[in-house]
Amino acid sequence: MNEQSVGCSFPKKDAEAVTAGAAVYTDDIAPEHCLIIKLLRSPYANAMIESIDVSKAYESEGVVCVLTWEDVPQIRFTYAGQCYPESSPYDRYILENHVRYIGDPVAIVAAVTEKAAETALKKIKVKYKVMDAVADFEKALDSSVIIHSEPDYHNNVPIGGDPCRNLICSHYSDYGDADSAFESCDVTLEDTFYTKANAQAMMETFRTCAYYDYQHRLTIISSTQVPFHCRRIIAMALNLPQSKVRVIKPRVGGGFGAKQSLVTEVITAFVTNKTGRPSKLILSRKDCFTASNSRHQMRLHVKMGATKDGIVRAIELDVLANGGAYGEQSYPTSLLVGHKTIPLYAHAAYKHKAEFVYTNLMPAGAYRGFGATQGCYAVETMANRMAHVLGIDAAYFRIINIPAAGEKMPAYFGDVLLSSKLKRCIETGCQRFHWKERCKPKETENGRIRAVGMAITMQGSGVPMKDVCCATIHLNDTGFYTLQIGAADIGTGCDTVLSQIAAQVLECSINQIIPEGVDTDHSPYDKGSYASSTTYVSGQAVMEAALSLKEKIIQEGAARLKIKAEDCWLDGQGVHSRNDETIFISLKDLSEQLVLKPDCDWLTATADHCCIYSAPPFMAGFAEVEVDRSTGKVLVTDFLGVIDCGTVINPALACAQAQGGIVQGIGMALYEDTEYTDTGKIRNNSFFQYRIPTRKDIPHIQIIFEPAYEPTGPFGAKSIGEVVINTPCPAITDAIYNAVGVTASKLPVKAEDIWKSLNLQNKDNN
Amino acid sequence: MTAELYINDCKWKGIIEPDATLLEFLRSNGYYSVKQGCDSCSCGICTVWVDGFPVLSCKYPACRAAGKRITTIEGTGSSANLLGMYLSAEGAEQCGYCSPGLIMTVLALEKENPDASEEEVETYLAGNLCRCSGYQLQTAGILKYLRRKNNE
Repeated sequence: MNEQSVGCSFPKKDAEAVTAGAAVYTDDIAPEHCLIIKLLRSPYANAMIESIDVSKAYESEGVVCVLTWEDVPQIRFTYAGQCYPESSPYDRYILENHVRYIGDPVAIVAAVTEKAAETALKKIKVKYKVMDAVADFEKALDSSVIIHSEPDYHNNVPIGGDPCRNLICSHYSDYGDADSAFESCDVTLEDTFYTKANAQAMMETFRTCAYYDYQHRLTIISSTQVPFHCRRIIAMALNLPQSKVRVIKPRVGGGFGAKQSLVTEVITAFVTNKTGRPSKLILSRKDCFTASNSRHQMRLHVKMGATKDGIVRAIELDVLANGGAYGEQSYPTSLLVGHKTIPLYAHAAYKHKAEFVYTNLMPAGAYRGFGATQGCYAVETMANRMAHVLGIDAAYFRIINIPAAGEKMPAYFGDVLLSSKLKRCIETGCQRFHWKERCKPKETENGRIRAVGMAITMQGSGVPMKDVCCATIHLNDTGFYTLQIGAADIGTGCDTVLSQIAAQVLECSINQIIPEGVDTDHSPYDKGSYASSTTYVSGQAVMEAALSLKEKIIQEGAARLKIKAEDCWLDGQGVHSRNDETIFISLKDLSEQLVLKPDCDWLTATADHCCIYSAPPFMAGFAEVEVDRSTGKVLVTDFLGVIDCGTVINPALACAQAQGGIVQGIGMALYEDTEYTDTGKIRNNSFFQYRIPTRKDIPHIQIIFEPAYEPTGPFGAKSIGEVVINTPCPAITDAIYNAVGVTASKLPVKAEDIWKSLNLQNKDNN
Repeated sequence: MTAELYINDCKWKGIIEPDATLLEFLRSNGYYSVKQGCDSCSCGICTVWVDGFPVLSCKYPACRAAGKRITTIEGTGSSANLLGMYLSAEGAEQCGYCSPGLIMTVLALEKENPDASEEEVETYLAGNLCRCSGYQLQTAGILKYLRRKNNE
């Protein structure tokens, strides 16, 4: 009996528990009587702490410790959860006498109750020397205000930074002779685009608890995407041997990249390390918005040149990005912004320059899309404008420019594109969206203008040549399997998807596979869940481990059946003879014999995988909007995403990823605004002010998965997590342009801006 | 203050801190199904029922619940599990953190308006945020749940 797992929409392994409200998230399983941690945060964007008096705070009942910069190890490190050596500067202490943004922690209080901790916070007396601050990222480079002047500032690898200039990192890459290519172009367009420091806004805020176990090892339970990086970074920051730190990842209420930074882990570990007592730090929603991390705010200057035949011959992308007060994730983001957008124009010479700067604002970090989202908005918007100027259909314009499978992609690190159904995605999209018929804007009955727009995108699948993922599978003694993975399921369903891959190889029911979430004490190493890697990279490790275990089981079965291994096959029932269906040993009997003398051999297999090529998934996104000319209000009324993510392992979960990503993209395009006061304080610190889409804001969203197969992925799969967020911004802004002729160069596109532009148009016409 | 109330039909008597929210009160009594999302009544995650009506427990003073009947998802019986299955069949629960609050709101809707149209469902649930799923699969699962008797 062959059971099919790959391609089936199984519910998530944890579905029953999480929908029933089981106690499975960090704060539900934190030990009782944890000390409650609260942080005193800087009210100034740039200040030195001249003195700090904690004596009154200690007088509060129930206060156990108050920690300041004087108490922390003098070890610089980074919050960025990346493989060592991280490409993010070591520019943090746990606490420092220099605070660099409004919200930077000044003191840590731990008390037996929340109330006691909050009372103590108010009693800490701090004398600040307030200094000038840089709150505008366009003025940060070479400013007289230097944000990181510490002598022990350190980079592990060269990233083109210079802290004396407030430059976190820089990147330059080119191919061909872009300057002369521009000269040969019939049309050259350029513009500058702006995107905001969007909040990831996962529903479970950052949270960590810590305690000492029976071996006096510091045990951390955390809502994290990167348990193994947590273990390494916590050990380093606290100067502990890694063997003394254990990190457990329970169920996680979303991350979207935010939890790839150690926002709460190090502080919590530090408190327990100092006090010996269990402690926990639960970030409030307000702190999540104002004192964690966000998408990199960017200014993107795009110059695009094309010949009359519609071929893009040259692209210049010049990016300035706001890294905030600390440089987490800036360098890899600086690469993606161009290298996952420019390759879509296969005939173009290019120049890609990026500079990421320090400011006295909340640090940036990872957010789904990771630079490619901002780059896609700018480059794809320019591509749409180019198509309009040349009088070429925007979808056809893409078809004649995209790379085909087998082509080398100079802007994608020189890799050869192994598989792509992007052309089919565009064609299917045009057909199913009735693109041609809807291209002409129409006035609706209520006087709104309805129009459509589209865009294409690519992402990667994992970080090639660097990130390693491992998987271990055991056969247990009644014939079921334990799948141990280090990949962190943060709600995406990777525990289930990876179980499906194992079940497919072992030809058993998915119910026979028990995935085990991450515990650094017993999970095999995995760099964690980021860079769209769990299915493609961890999945390949699972597949290899399962294949290896399958071979062992067949050998053991064959030995007992006294036939050759090559004459046997395995399924969820047991080992069968190919030649005689009566010759069979059940998995239950076999596995029980394997843990008893005389033939004991507890079967287990481990495999590791590191991809050498980050297979790009592709997507074509089509949006329809209605614009109210009298108010400028935009409604997205329809959206279609056609996706090539290779083989779809779990269609329902992939569809949820796609729709969720598109809705986040719609939020970025129209609603999600991060604004600062003149002094650099974030104004939008709740869901009332930072408006993520509600279910009333979204259109009907259709998802189509184009049949595809990626030769380097498990069962032909590529990634899905990030590629889905990119197209809404350029597709929606183009639809707005097609509706009312307003070119939006700043996100989010607000009704008042459209209204103003329309009024200007009217004045010009009069 | 000393108070008496019922949690999932089970009598509770004790001291409620005057400034405790219902969310804090319930979690401190082990009702971990009530999750916290925002602390400003803006996400719907902490939804429970007081005397059968959905409230946002993150800003509802626990003292105000004195003498009342509180219901968390554990107290709703098999309907919550069934609705959970409808949601997860669509892949719509994703991280699941918003699910208990969503389910409490849907079950309240079912009592008030069992034949709710898609638009009525979306309006009733407008305050229940979700960042993972994109909502559409949730709505599909909820409508299938509400229409299950017609489809039998």
